[in-house]
Amino acid sequence: MDSPEPMMTLTRHPLDVKDILAEVQGPERGGTCVFLGTVRNDADVTAIDYSAYEQMAFEEIERILTDARAQWPEARVMLQHRLGVIPIGEASIAIAAAAPHRADAFAACRYVIEEVKKRLPVWKKEMHADGTETWVDPSGKPVAGGLRDR
Amino acid sequence: MSKIAVRFFARYAELAGCTWSHVNVETPTTVADVIARVREVFPGTRDLPPHPLAAVNLRQVKLDAVVRDGDEVALLPPLSGG
Repeated sequence: MDSPEPMMTLTRHPLDVKDILAEVQGPERGGTCVFLGTVRNDADVTAIDYSAYEQMAFEEIERILTDARAQWPEARVMLQHRLGVIPIGEASIAIAAAAPHRADAFAACRYVIEEVKKRLPVWKKEMHADGTETWVDPSGKPVAGGLRDR
Repeated sequence: MSKIAVRFFARYAELAGCTWSHVNVETPTTVADVIARVREVFPGTRDLPPHPLAAVNLRQVKLDAVVRDGDEVALLPPLSGG
């Protein structure tokens, strides 16, 4: 993670793993770990509409990657998050981490996705086959307004 | 009185009926006080949870965080990125 340029993308287009691999791989990095989060076929969900507080998401990813850089200084991590309506089976997030050895690549990749889950201001609205829509509540707490446990 | 910019996202924007507005409060104040004012100005936001997640100037904060003139307060539904 020795690059000064932003190692992230927020996009409304399909993600391309080749792009993020190209950003992180190098001859001195012998282990590369890729995580893809894809829209799951849950019940009658046909797609998920992802929205974000984009300025804060950008800053928060920067902070997460800075934290990762401090813990695994020899690793290089790239993250893409897709926004908008994403059909089942397509990726909403892609993370690639490359390091001299696989342990650091796995650890950095795992760290980034777990922090994204906790910290990124992104929200999901499930779109159902019958035309209804439901906000996803990751806390699982019952909240008025038809939020769904997750 | 200061105008504090307030932003709403996802389900909270549906409750508020807008994504962005202002409230007038005496500053310095706290996020909790801004939220209390929001509940008065936007009736739909009375359905917000008692202690919603909030950010000031793009950084998540606790509800007792200080808000000053010119700050932007964002009310964030439970996060579900990834």
